[in-house]
Amino acid sequence: MTIPTEQQILLAVILFCIGLTGVLVRRNVIFMLMSVEVMLNAAGLAFIVGGAAWGHADGQVMFLFILAMAAAEVAVGLALIIQLYNKFKSDDADKASDMRG
Amino acid sequence: MNILFYISAILAIVATLRMITGKNAVHSLLYLIVSLLAVSVIFFLLGAPFIAALEVIIYAGAIMVLFVFVIMMLNVDGNGIKKERALLQPGIWTGPSLITAVLFLEMAYMLVQQPASPVEQAAIAAARQEIPPGAVGALLFTKYILVVELAAFLLVAGIIGAYHLGQKEKISHHRFLKNQEKSI
Repeated sequence: MTIPTEQQILLAVILFCIGLTGVLVRRNVIFMLMSVEVMLNAAGLAFIVGGAAWGHADGQVMFLFILAMAAAEVAVGLALIIQLYNKFKSDDADKASDMRG
Repeated sequence: MNILFYISAILAIVATLRMITGKNAVHSLLYLIVSLLAVSVIFFLLGAPFIAALEVIIYAGAIMVLFVFVIMMLNVDGNGIKKERALLQPGIWTGPSLITAVLFLEMAYMLVQQPASPVEQAAIAAARQEIPPGAVGALLFTKYILVVELAAFLLVAGIIGAYHLGQKEKISHHRFLKNQEKSI
């Protein structure tokens, strides 16, 4: 493999930025959660690139932990989406803009 | 092999862009799955076959199924059949199918290019600095054993949190309980 590490990291950065744009631009909570997934995946890609560059398995181990975290985050996030939908009958994040403490 | 990386990278970026600009959640989910598959090919090229398999099994398999489940749950109404027919229009699935076909061609190319003898295969794997699953597992259960247990805690907390948040609001019919809820 002779691909420069910079280009591999660049791909991770691009994917992360696309995900960040999705979180910032979209107001549909399902899209926001999917964009967060893209960001987590891009962070994992950066770990794999680092591990491959140094020839260590540590990067892959870190990816496994990111995977476990993403699974837990998605489970809780989707439960929250269901609650939001039950309460406001909509998946627009801006609808839930007032708090009642 | 380099060209395979660039093709997969462009496909991943295109699929992710289509995902965040999509209007329908199910179509975007299709593109997200395709993007994850493209990233999985990149993992394989970077010498992480175990992670590539996990990406397909857990990300594109388990987590995306959760998304599909919730999207279907939110769209429960009478005209489900009509909606499903609309989802099967050719314009909707051609994009993801094309990208997946290109990824499949890459995989087939890699398989065909594989040398026959195991000795040569091992030499190529060594040249690519491939990290075998065994090395990952050995590191996971020696150096990182504490973090593995923390991940288990996190998953249990996730399960309990999802169960608690997913519960429906209880409706109490008794006057006393209703008043109590109001005061809270």
